[in-house]
Amino acid sequence: MSGAISGYLVFAWSGVLLFGLGLFGFIAHRHIVRRLLAFNIMGSGVFLVLVGLAQDGRGVDPVPHAMVITGIVVAVASTALALVVFRRWYRASGRTDLPEDT
Amino acid sequence: MILRAVFAGLLCLGVTVALGWAVLERPAPVENLPERVAAAMPESGVEHPITAVLLNFRSYDTLLEIAVLLLAVVVALALREAQPDRPEQMGLDNPLLRAVMAWLLPLMLVVAGFLLWAGAHQPGGAFQAGSVLAAAGVLLRLAGVTADWLDNAVLVRAGLALGLLTFLGIGMLVMLPGVPFLTYPAAHAGTLILVIELTLTLSIGLTLLSLFRLNPPYADDPDDARAQEAPKP
Repeated sequence: MSGAISGYLVFAWSGVLLFGLGLFGFIAHRHIVRRLLAFNIMGSGVFLVLVGLAQDGRGVDPVPHAMVITGIVVAVASTALALVVFRRWYRASGRTDLPEDT
Repeated sequence: MILRAVFAGLLCLGVTVALGWAVLERPAPVENLPERVAAAMPESGVEHPITAVLLNFRSYDTLLEIAVLLLAVVVALALREAQPDRPEQMGLDNPLLRAVMAWLLPLMLVVAGFLLWAGAHQPGGAFQAGSVLAAAGVLLRLAGVTADWLDNAVLVRAGLALGLLTFLGIGMLVMLPGVPFLTYPAAHAGTLILVIELTLTLSIGLTLLSLFRLNPPYADDPDDARAQEAPKP
């Protein structure tokens, strides 16, 4: 299997790249909304890796696909919940970062 | 600060390269899952493998994910209601948006219905249909159209819980003949899955819409809020 640069691996590698970009944003930024965005980009990378690796020579594996479709909806809901919490934090403290980060 | 960014960049580059290498050199899977799913398809009650996995073979996962969605909206509700009540300010005063809504809304409802029905034999299903429903609700909200029943707390909470309760109820009902939780009888699996998907669509749509409605456009900034209360000279 090694050394094969086949079409289906393009998705998995794009996912890896997105994960790396998201991780950089997550470390480099302190603003909590930027961190949330970075975290979502990391999550999208994970979804792409799961979907990309689910198709190999033997056909499409539906199990990771089913996991990703529920995962996307859960990620949207948890992002909305995080925004609710962040707004409460900002209202309470007037800060856009967490005290442990400074 | 620069040092921190450089260090983070090097770290992330290393992680990316390691992950890319792991993708390339991954071990071949021992189980041939596509084949096992294909072999079990006749007893699943649907014709599309992803829907079969989602709502039959691994419905336990899906059940718990619906529970997570409900939990998210419950927490958001709890956090929201502790805030002081303020008049709603939402609704862009945009005639174009309202005009386009009149065209888009019926289309979105038809698409949601189609996606739900299509899930049995082609890509589609409750999650996609629920997302389209929620998008329609968000657009309506942005256009400033209000619905009284969305402010009826009992009705909304019943709608939010409907999907999970139906899923749980059907999962336990099929236990009557003495089979494990969520093991649908092959003869009625298609109907049961359609009922579950229908209620899940409504609940998922309402969950996402509620999470959007729970983030109203208030002035968040403590200074702004004070400025609104006491206008500066």
